[in-house]
Amino acid sequence: MKSKVADRIATSVFVALALIIVIIMAGLLFFILSRGVPDISWRFLTTESSTVSAGGGIRDQLFNSFYVLFITMLITVPLGVLGGIYMAEYAKQNKVTSFIRSCIELLASLPSIVVGMFGLLVFVNAMGWGYSILGGALALTIFNIPVMVRVSEDAIRAVPREQKEASLALGISHWHSIKTVLIPGAFPGILTGTILASGRVFGEAAALLFTAGLSTPGLDYGNWNPFSETSPLNLFRPAETLAVHIWAVNTNGIMPDVERIADGSSAVLVICVLMFNLLARWAGKLVHRKITASR
Amino acid sequence: MKKIETSTARQRLLKSNNKGSQGELRGRFLVTLCALIMIAATISITAFLTVKGLQSFLVNGVSPIEFITSSDWNPTSSKNPQYGALPFIFGSLAVTFLSALVAAPLGIGGAIFMTEVTPSWGKKILQPVIELLVGIPSVVYGFIGLTVLVPFIRNTFEAPQAGFSLLAGTIVLSVMILPTITTIATDTMGAIPDSLREGSYALGATRWQTIRKVLIPAVLPSLLTAIVLGMARAFGEALAVQMVIGNVHDLPSSILDPSATLTTIITLNMGHTAYGSVENNTLWSMGLILLIISFLFILIIRFLSSRRKI
Repeated sequence: MKSKVADRIATSVFVALALIIVIIMAGLLFFILSRGVPDISWRFLTTESSTVSAGGGIRDQLFNSFYVLFITMLITVPLGVLGGIYMAEYAKQNKVTSFIRSCIELLASLPSIVVGMFGLLVFVNAMGWGYSILGGALALTIFNIPVMVRVSEDAIRAVPREQKEASLALGISHWHSIKTVLIPGAFPGILTGTILASGRVFGEAAALLFTAGLSTPGLDYGNWNPFSETSPLNLFRPAETLAVHIWAVNTNGIMPDVERIADGSSAVLVICVLMFNLLARWAGKLVHRKITASR
Repeated sequence: MKKIETSTARQRLLKSNNKGSQGELRGRFLVTLCALIMIAATISITAFLTVKGLQSFLVNGVSPIEFITSSDWNPTSSKNPQYGALPFIFGSLAVTFLSALVAAPLGIGGAIFMTEVTPSWGKKILQPVIELLVGIPSVVYGFIGLTVLVPFIRNTFEAPQAGFSLLAGTIVLSVMILPTITTIATDTMGAIPDSLREGSYALGATRWQTIRKVLIPAVLPSLLTAIVLGMARAFGEALAVQMVIGNVHDLPSSILDPSATLTTIITLNMGHTAYGSVENNTLWSMGLILLIISFLFILIIRFLSSRRKI
């Protein structure tokens, strides 16, 4: 009898804990979206931000976020996938491999502000680039590579062994088998992981604070020459991303409509990240169905 | 006729063989290069931050003992500048442990609810939603803390500095690491083989007895790993905490007092101090402490995973 009572009490405790989690999480989402969504308008998304007067938007910040994300992924994806191939196919069971694993683990657990400090030391000061998009993207690459390596390694290992063996048995070289059998087989997994990692990079702020900076020069969106000062595509200009903007506005914003901008920007950021997450699930499933024989 | 055929076949074989081995070498070179880049990145981060972080001690003559044990932080005083980082080290450790104390029971309880109490809709609905929340950017947590939590603490407890407090930092971090801990703990609990549960139930144990005496002991190291990963995340978080903790230079005497952490002081002062000045160099020393403690977290995780049974 006593143990049954204890069981009932424990069950209700677990239900209560789960309820608390659900309430906190639902409250969070509801709070951000209900406050921010009314502030989002086409004007808000396409107006330049203003430092002193009311009515600013987030056009440059939004563009910077996507541009930094794009550059980061351009560097991270090849590096991460090749690193994943090494870990899954070429790494032997020895000290070197376990050292590389420790390195990946360490990179994965570095506080993002430490990565930002490293970026400040190397890209901003030593290289003399100043605050730049490229510096920010490289800092984010450091922060993101462990995730990509792990994702690609897992995806490659998950390809059935028989497929690789069949390819090798046909006399096809190891590298060619990787290119034509393993990578296509692992593609859905790698794609899902990449989109999820993009969501993480998109919301990252601390590593960008000291590398991409807190300002954006005046941009001319008609200017597509990446070497021009006013071009949005210039890799060596400072760029404040949306996540950094939310922090900056909240800590030292002096415009009269700080709250509106913070609410709206947070909602835009959260919506973007949630879309990345949903897209990852959906795209992974879709591609998997397209390129494999499963339903 | 026949002769031509064999020669083309031989040629083709030779050619493809040749091509194949070249690609093999190039591929092997490429992937090894990427592995080397990862090693180089790790070593250079460690080396650069160590050299830069030791400068305040070796070049500027700040005493490392004073740095770690003194609670007087007056870097701008012209007569007698003091560099005691203890309040920030204490603040970092305090928010880390307190937030783990709040988030761990909630997260593991939630995981047990999802895997043991209602596996059907727990796994289908709750788990994906919580995984979705892992991705919410930390500045958003800080922003909510600033707009909801800080005024709430100010009005409820009449806190000294307008609600900016250790408590606010702790709550923000707890909520932030909750999805992380819950997700890992759920994966862990879900990976327990059913035979363990069935064996326990067959002996007449109730669900609670099974959870407490069989399941939790079986995966304890993995559950602890989940908590340590959450703590590592809380420890390294900068902006969300900075927005709500108050950033004062004194040791807090209660949970309602404002405080500061290593990360928040770095965030705040890095831009305001001249590069190369003593104060700036002490910030790099704090970065080095962050690096060392994240090394420690990895060691703990390694130790725990070596004790894993399932």
